Amino acid sequence: MADMKVAAYICQGCGLGERLDTASLAKIAQKEGKAQVVREHPFLCNAEGVAMIRNDIDNEAVTHVMIAACSRRAKTEAFGFTDVAMSRANLREGVIWIRPDDEASRETTQEMAEDYVRMGCAEVKKMKLPEADPAAVTERRVLVVGGGISGMTAALEASRAGYRVVLVEKTGALGGWGARLYKRSPSRSPYADPQDTGVDAMIAAVTSDGNIKVYTNAITSKIEGAPGRFIAEVSTESGATTTETVGSIVQATGFSLYDANNLPELGYGKSANVVDQAGLEALARAANGGAIKRPSDGGDVKTVVFVQCAGQRDETGKHLPYCSGSCCLTSVKQAMYFKDQNPDVDTVVIYTDLRMPGNGEDFYRSGQNKGVTFTKGKVSSVEATGNTCKVNFQDLILNDQTAIENADLVVLATGQVANSGVDVDAKLKAEIAAAAGDNTLLDAWNASQAEGAVKPISVLNLAYRQGPDLPQLKYGFTDSHFICFPYETRRTGIYAAGPVRRPMDIIQATEDATGAALKAIQAIENAALGRAAHPRSGDLSFPKVRIEGCTQCKRCTVECPFGAIDEDEKRYPLFNQSRCRRCGTCMGACPVRVISFENYSVDTVGSQIKAVDVPDEFSEKPRILILACENDAYPALDMAAMNKEVYSAWVRVIPVRCLGSVNTIWITDALNSGYDGVMMLGCKHGEDYQCHFVKGSELASYRMSKVGDTLQGMGLEPERVQVFEAAITDIERLPRLINEYSDQIAALPPSPFKGF
Amino acid sequence: MSIEKYRKNFLKEVEERVEEGQWVKMCMQCGVCAGSCPFGPHWEHTPQKIFMMIRAGKREEVLTSDSMWMCTSCYNCVVRCPRKLPITHIMHGLAYLSKREGLMPKNQPTAQFGQLFWDNLTKNGRVNELKLSLGMYFKDGFSQGIKNAMAMQSVGMGMMKAKRLNPMEILGGHGIKDKSGFSAMLKKAKELEDARRKLA
Repeated sequence: MADMKVAAYICQGCGLGERLDTASLAKIAQKEGKAQVVREHPFLCNAEGVAMIRNDIDNEAVTHVMIAACSRRAKTEAFGFTDVAMSRANLREGVIWIRPDDEASRETTQEMAEDYVRMGCAEVKKMKLPEADPAAVTERRVLVVGGGISGMTAALEASRAGYRVVLVEKTGALGGWGARLYKRSPSRSPYADPQDTGVDAMIAAVTSDGNIKVYTNAITSKIEGAPGRFIAEVSTESGATTTETVGSIVQATGFSLYDANNLPELGYGKSANVVDQAGLEALARAANGGAIKRPSDGGDVKTVVFVQCAGQRDETGKHLPYCSGSCCLTSVKQAMYFKDQNPDVDTVVIYTDLRMPGNGEDFYRSGQNKGVTFTKGKVSSVEATGNTCKVNFQDLILNDQTAIENADLVVLATGQVANSGVDVDAKLKAEIAAAAGDNTLLDAWNASQAEGAVKPISVLNLAYRQGPDLPQLKYGFTDSHFICFPYETRRTGIYAAGPVRRPMDIIQATEDATGAALKAIQAIENAALGRAAHPRSGDLSFPKVRIEGCTQCKRCTVECPFGAIDEDEKRYPLFNQSRCRRCGTCMGACPVRVISFENYSVDTVGSQIKAVDVPDEFSEKPRILILACENDAYPALDMAAMNKEVYSAWVRVIPVRCLGSVNTIWITDALNSGYDGVMMLGCKHGEDYQCHFVKGSELASYRMSKVGDTLQGMGLEPERVQVFEAAITDIERLPRLINEYSDQIAALPPSPFKGF
Repeated sequence: MSIEKYRKNFLKEVEERVEEGQWVKMCMQCGVCAGSCPFGPHWEHTPQKIFMMIRAGKREEVLTSDSMWMCTSCYNCVVRCPRKLPITHIMHGLAYLSKREGLMPKNQPTAQFGQLFWDNLTKNGRVNELKLSLGMYFKDGFSQGIKNAMAMQSVGMGMMKAKRLNPMEILGGHGIKDKSGFSAMLKKAKELEDARRKLA
């Protein structure tokens, strides 16, 4: 850029002035960093210091600012200059707070600071001020798929916030499961009695809401586009197809009950008196407050047995392995249907663990008060004879194989199965399992592909390269970031709400749907401004690709954890900016390095790596590059610094957006420049991942597992490049880890590449 | 009465006939009482199990259990019970029902002591410590009584020195003035309690 003007500011506050020779840092910024303006200031983040920088930007035509002060995570408001490209050299948390204040350390501490100034200057010169996506378009409507309680809640909440909604329901009527219940578990204090579902009122509110357009008997037969510009085809049963443009999507397709026909040992299908929870609701609705009769002959019901965890928490692999977290509440509620009508009816709940989420404990207590009997036990079988059943079970408290005879009705709590459509990763998961020696998934996959096999039906029918539905994480539930961002799926602008996301009850589903509606609105508003939706909410940068250099290797399209990249007709990657989370995983993947962000690129990091002054092999001063995830590892290092934890002066830390954005060229560059080791700090990956970008750290460790060949080719030891998992709480562990690694590297001979 | 398993008949009986019995249904089977009881390993069933047995309709097993008799009333379980069950009171209530139904274990020392104490007290309206101790020592026969008395000799002498045990009590001992009024009171109280607990 012809009119680039770089200014470097060295802060002397917070002890920097006393601990460091800032005059020599300023000299380095000027001579080596080639900053046209260099200023030292005793207290850079105060009003006067900030005004000084502001003045340089406004009146001295400064376009690039390098601030050598505290961590980039500190003083973000004071240094929030949005009209210039800016880098931060971390002299406080990165240098003086993690080094001992003594004469022996003075020299190495100063060298550290000097390197960070060099790196800051090198970085900022490669940065551009990000501009919002120029192609940003806005459609402010929300598409809600599924008209149950979750879907209707999401629609009503979005409408109340002033957004128009398109609600698509597959069946002929709104209401979902809620409409099939006689009553629901209580949502209000004192949490003692079943209460009206409120579904009718909700349906009335939805149908009378001018902001909500409802399609029943309809599915989304095709969805393409990206946040702010989704185009959805809504096909009704009659064959009519309407095209709706929407800004974001909430998928609230709920659950199906686990099929009780899989449980013949529990008597289902053998006797009309064995029902699942839905069957009992139907009986209760039919009785409508009167006595519920025995289905087989209409006789009086004197004893009801509720079998918890029927086909759930199963360790044999035949049934659901998980707990649905809501069936205990339902069984207590259903036992009350009987007790409230006639206290003399015996109601026995056989459970292994009662799970009563939220205020469910009060409801449980109320059930006990009403005389519902709770028995800790495991049901082995239900025998149907005539009009009654015998429930055989192991009493787990009395350690007794026993039975309840003459039960008039047996209710099986069978649990929730997510209606999440096609498992887009099924084949991949099967192949990974097969590679690990387990062929069951692959066999299942092959069977599902055979001629005449029942194919899973897609819910969303996304026209995405990565498949027609939201990716699933575990047990068929849609993937969401459980810990950090529970509503966010791996498809930006599409949010899963309710039991499709994880098993839940009505109270939780209502909250969930409200949250999803807010996320949907957030996605629309950010897309309108051409900014990232989340987790880098408001980020204006987005990946740019130098298409003429692209070799069509497809790694970016395949590896993007969010399915943001399609392919155009010439098979080049087609970036959908508003689907992008700005993690840079594509940038890390690209073997020809044609993908970059304005303010984060192969060059911004690469130039920092090269800017470090690597001492020669006789100096006994090794250099170790640390690439630290800015979401967890870097904050942990900052916090370690606040605790004045000491770590090695040989390391130079560069924060990265995600380990997934680490391009292997950085590793080879570092080793070629004479670094003795490279340490990567990223988040936990695997099934219980903590990576903000879901797959980033996993991809990084996969890519780094292949670096061994490169190292061998360079004649270097494999331990010179290592990936570590770090959590934001590793405040004490990380400095220890760094010191151990540093000792390990120092014990190796110096890198043979020094001085080239 | 025929008791069906896991039906509420026995639970209902306990609720009606046992002091604080209406609390039994509120037990959530956490086992904190069982873990808190200093006598835990020494008796047949923990309170947790007793409550489960009541729900399971095991009337005979509950009322013949020695557990209620082993309770020392330390109240550890009551203090710790997350559901605030008055466990100690329930245990005593069950013991009383078991005795009334003639189901208490034979030669249960606590039960024997209880009977001795009651007889001793109701005779004169005052407890005669000397007769009570001797009654306890000699309950298993003369020679065992001598052995017990010898073993407790120093305690007895100490109590005598401290004027806590009067040897002259052997001749009959002290009592209250209106013994017949006292018996009438006890009789009436028993009538009321039996009516309330349907034990008559």
